[in-house]
Amino acid sequence: MFIIECPWCGKRDQSEFSTHGEAHIARPEDPSVLSDEQWGDVLFFRHNPKGQHYERWNHAHGCRRWFNVSRNTASSEIYASYKPGEARPGAGKS
Amino acid sequence: MKNKYSIFSLARNALSYHQRWQTAWRSPEPKKQYDVIIIGGGGHGLATAYYLAKECGITNVAILEKSWIGGGNTGRNTTIVRSNYLWDESAAIYDHAMDLWSDLSQELNYNVMFSPRGLLHLAHSVHDMQEISRRGHSNHLNGIDAEFLNPEQIKKMLPFIELDCRYPVMGGILQKRGGTARHDAVAWGYARAADALGVDIIQNCEVTGFNIRDGAVCGVQTSRGQISAKKVGVVTAGHCSVLAEMAGFRLPIESFPLQAMVSEPVKPIVDCVAMSNGVHAYISQSDKGELVIGASSDTYTSYTQTGGFDVIEETIGAIVELYPLFSRMKMMRQWGGIVDVTVDRSPILSKTPVDNLFFNCGWGTGGFKATPGSGHVFAHSIANGEMHPIAAPFSIDRFHTGGLIDEGAAAAVAH
Repeated sequence: MFIIECPWCGKRDQSEFSTHGEAHIARPEDPSVLSDEQWGDVLFFRHNPKGQHYERWNHAHGCRRWFNVSRNTASSEIYASYKPGEARPGAGKS
Repeated sequence: MKNKYSIFSLARNALSYHQRWQTAWRSPEPKKQYDVIIIGGGGHGLATAYYLAKECGITNVAILEKSWIGGGNTGRNTTIVRSNYLWDESAAIYDHAMDLWSDLSQELNYNVMFSPRGLLHLAHSVHDMQEISRRGHSNHLNGIDAEFLNPEQIKKMLPFIELDCRYPVMGGILQKRGGTARHDAVAWGYARAADALGVDIIQNCEVTGFNIRDGAVCGVQTSRGQISAKKVGVVTAGHCSVLAEMAGFRLPIESFPLQAMVSEPVKPIVDCVAMSNGVHAYISQSDKGELVIGASSDTYTSYTQTGGFDVIEETIGAIVELYPLFSRMKMMRQWGGIVDVTVDRSPILSKTPVDNLFFNCGWGTGGFKATPGSGHVFAHSIANGEMHPIAAPFSIDRFHTGGLIDEGAAAAVAH
């Protein structure tokens, strides 16, 4: 359990947020040309690092807006939170 | 040769004030080379090694465990055993485990305290009722016992349950062969029996990399040096993604914290396992008298073996709503484990892109119950180089072919 900084609302308790997995997954431009293997990768395969990770969060019980978080899955330390469309910050502390 | 545990050995050792019990397993130095290395000394890994030695004739086997055996999810689960899954593939593997559970204590000469005390799923909504109905009929087709209960029958089993509450009890499904087993004893029993057959159990030995030559694994790098092996089986639950990354591929798995807790010990009151999947409240009573309560998994990925208090609060809220009698129980301990969750909530038992490297993972929130069956079919798969028929549907290929075994959608929640 931790404190997350919503880019719009500021620091709030994690229980106000919902999480939706890995961030920065580019949707394929033309899914119809993908092989089964590539399509399976897009749908089901995610990075699951022990350490720094980029993920999508939604301020579900607040402004209900989406944003991205850079977090350490081994220590729960949050390095940065940033708005969608912004470039991902470097790994580790910014 | 191991001394056999029996009433006579107990009496004999009582006379010597229990000072002369034989060590249950050795702590050998790792050899340079093994036929098979199993990475991960949890229940599934220990069972795999045991059946390799017992049934497949492969005794030059090492189990590499980064800390102590049974210290991960094996010692952190809520000890529930059942096999009433929806899909044929799941029914096959979990019921295979159930068959092995029934005489496991005799098989291992170690009391795993398997207690088929009955496992009750409660339905709290129309959706729950439809889910248990579909699953129960599917169980019948697969030869798995499932009894539908009405609220009166449930009240008879659990006289202290509040049927008419925020989560009204509309019905239930009972698997009488389901129940609990002592999780630590399962690890220790398999460890002792595997050790007796010549398996080396090497604790405090962390794998840091794989040696791969011409697309085939030929050994591992560890915190205690290089060890070569003809075949390697990875059974590392929450850390399987980390191991897969070392071997150069990805798994369709994410790791989440899952929490459980036990209360102070009280006199016997809950004589079955009662599960409410829809509201994430799982309760049973250990033989020591503690109420064992399982929560839902946290929603974010983590390797910290701790979870959020909000998750505990939600679970306890549901427990107190359904069983007001327990509102003043004190919780003694609370802990988390890291569960390896696949998108279809079914495990992965599979060959991998690296030859002779096998993975057994993705058991998610419910792997304990499968321990004997998982180890049994995985051992045969490693020995033969081809997946055992029961394990074959759980190949990693299913995430590319679309042949998912979707227990997640079937149960609509963790299980």
